[in-house]
Amino acid sequence: MLAKRIIPCLDVKDGQTVKGTNFVNLRQAGDPVELGRAYSEQGADELVFLDITASHEGRKTFTDMVQRVAAEVSIPFTVGGGISELRDVEKMLSAGADKVSINSAAIRNPHLIDEIAYNFGSQVCVVAIDARLDENGWTCYLNGGRIPTERNLFDWAKEANQRGAGEILFTSMNHDGVKAGFANEALARLAEELSIPVIASGGAGCMEHFRDAFAIGHADAALAASVFHFGEIGIPELKEYLRAEKINVRL
Amino acid sequence: MYSARLFVPLQAEKRKKMNVAVVKYNAGNIYSVIHALQRLGVNPILTDDPEQLQKADKVLFPGQGEASNAMRYLREHGLDKVITDLKNPILGICIGQQLMCRHSEEGDTDCLGIFDADVLRFQPQKHEDKVPHMGWNQLERPSSELFKGFSEGEFVYFVHSFYVPICAHTIATTDYIQPFSAALHKDNFYATQFHPEKSGSVGERIIKNFLEL
Repeated sequence: MLAKRIIPCLDVKDGQTVKGTNFVNLRQAGDPVELGRAYSEQGADELVFLDITASHEGRKTFTDMVQRVAAEVSIPFTVGGGISELRDVEKMLSAGADKVSINSAAIRNPHLIDEIAYNFGSQVCVVAIDARLDENGWTCYLNGGRIPTERNLFDWAKEANQRGAGEILFTSMNHDGVKAGFANEALARLAEELSIPVIASGGAGCMEHFRDAFAIGHADAALAASVFHFGEIGIPELKEYLRAEKINVRL
Repeated sequence: MYSARLFVPLQAEKRKKMNVAVVKYNAGNIYSVIHALQRLGVNPILTDDPEQLQKADKVLFPGQGEASNAMRYLREHGLDKVITDLKNPILGICIGQQLMCRHSEEGDTDCLGIFDADVLRFQPQKHEDKVPHMGWNQLERPSSELFKGFSEGEFVYFVHSFYVPICAHTIATTDYIQPFSAALHKDNFYATQFHPEKSGSVGERIIKNFLEL
């Protein structure tokens, strides 16, 4: 049986991992390659590295890091942050990334999804969506949650699916950093409406939250950062717990 | 315990001197196999030279891509015949495995015909049956030197939309939509549908077993 995946996410700035709470207040948390290898040895199923560097030099550092991860880590990994055109995708894949995640660039230029799927295959293309639930429903945001758009989460996710996205990585801005659980209702609706896997992101605080994302939200994978980085939840114990809760995970 | 410790570096020492070739062609993700070999202490060569492929101790035929384009490239470069005629152990991975079969539904492609099997597209039976089959799934009934020391149900990493049904060459199965061939073996030809190079320590053991054949 296909396992539900646990994915630690590493935000990387100038070659170092950081994690924001509600997208601000960054804290240092170590060397991304070392951390990635440690997670792999603990039983993480995949890794996501997000480049949150703005400068040109930082980007170069990130590409070097991707090459090091590819050489040293033996599980699949996704890279994202600052990917805005096909050339960026090509650069990341040839540095050794298995998948790329695109966010704002896909909303600005949805055709990018088609291009990635056509040139490299759907399995390479993860479309990340940051959305907030407000009086108008679930609204998609750009630039790490700073700029609201006209787009509705479900409409956009369906469009991305149709254009050839391989997975949807959905971060609820209402839940991110709050540690009170994932947005299970919205996740379940995405699982129902899409024909591709959904990765739950934003809100993990305890092991029960992961169970609920799978059992109630029907997510295919769950992503988290700080609960793993600061050792609040260990991946081996999380997987033992999920197995005991009848969620199929890789042990 | 003490002898086991002595044994490990000896094997690693042997691998360092091993002549391992990776087939160079137009498929993606070949470098992840090279990295996996390097992590095991092997220094592989990436080549499309027939002689180098023939005289290698072991050959790997990895990759991700589309079947008809890959076959066209292999034919144009004469690699189809070279691979089919190899006498040394060769391990096909993912699209490599599919190309070693008779025919693929992907692009209605005639393939190398090493394995007497056809490659079919997954047909989802219900909403949860997503294609591609992507992620960690379990190996059932692993029966080959490739899986020496394996127990039932170990997890390996898959990314594919096409599969090989269970056939006479099947040496492990996986269940997704229906049971299919996770790995094949015939004479000196070995193949896995999954990616051992991305399957953590389990995948590392498979590559190690292959190198020690």
